[in-house]
Amino acid sequence: MQTRRETLKQGAIVAGLLASTGLFPQYAMAAYNKTAFEAKTPADVMKALGAGAPVESKDVTIGGPDIAENGAVVPLTASTTLPGVKQILILVEKNPSALVAVFNMTDSVEPSFATRTKMGQSSDVYAVAVMADGKAFFAKKEVKVTLGGCGG
Amino acid sequence: MADPMRIRAQVAGNNATVRVLMSHEMESGQRKDAAGKLVPAWHIAEVTATHNGKTVMTAEWGPAVSKNPFLQFTVKGAKAGDKVGVSWKDNKGESRTDEATVS
Repeated sequence: MQTRRETLKQGAIVAGLLASTGLFPQYAMAAYNKTAFEAKTPADVMKALGAGAPVESKDVTIGGPDIAENGAVVPLTASTTLPGVKQILILVEKNPSALVAVFNMTDSVEPSFATRTKMGQSSDVYAVAVMADGKAFFAKKEVKVTLGGCGG
Repeated sequence: MADPMRIRAQVAGNNATVRVLMSHEMESGQRKDAAGKLVPAWHIAEVTATHNGKTVMTAEWGPAVSKNPFLQFTVKGAKAGDKVGVSWKDNKGESRTDEATVS
């Protein structure tokens, strides 16, 4: 037997789950997505952004060094040849927070960005292209770091 | 007030390649100071780029972007003489806007 209070509580949990799966897209497009930047793993980041589970694609490119001597400055590039890209994400799997940067596209820029990131340790890095319809494609690359860039 | 950004915008075919160097500490929030306390995160959170006043790109950054961040992007259809502006806002509410001319 369930009390009314328990029923309501479960309803709230379900609503929360729906929000995190992106069925409420208006919440997913907040100006600065704090949850996504605090997420620990790439899977959690995708959930927080309301995008589907990413599929590996050769149309997405991640560029970076094979071995980074200094983890505080790792140059990475992310680009794609797919049309209709909404966002490009850069993720470092083993960082304390996986998400590094989100680039929101318009029609006036090429879907290609370069920046420099910090990496705590050797890890896989991901470029994820999120489409306007919520589909996501990724490319990954392993970068070995000989000196970490997150700590002391 | 933070130091100015260095923005370089160069024509490449029908597009312009924009390179930006921002001046920012980008404290990760993972580091401890001499007393063993965590140094709070202080990083650029939002970046906006404009082409002749029209927003062409926005970005959200976490603390894992390197100190004095570098950013490169390509603006479609930009010609020599066009204005490219970049502005950022950090998580303490400080902001800075700079502009450069495409050459």
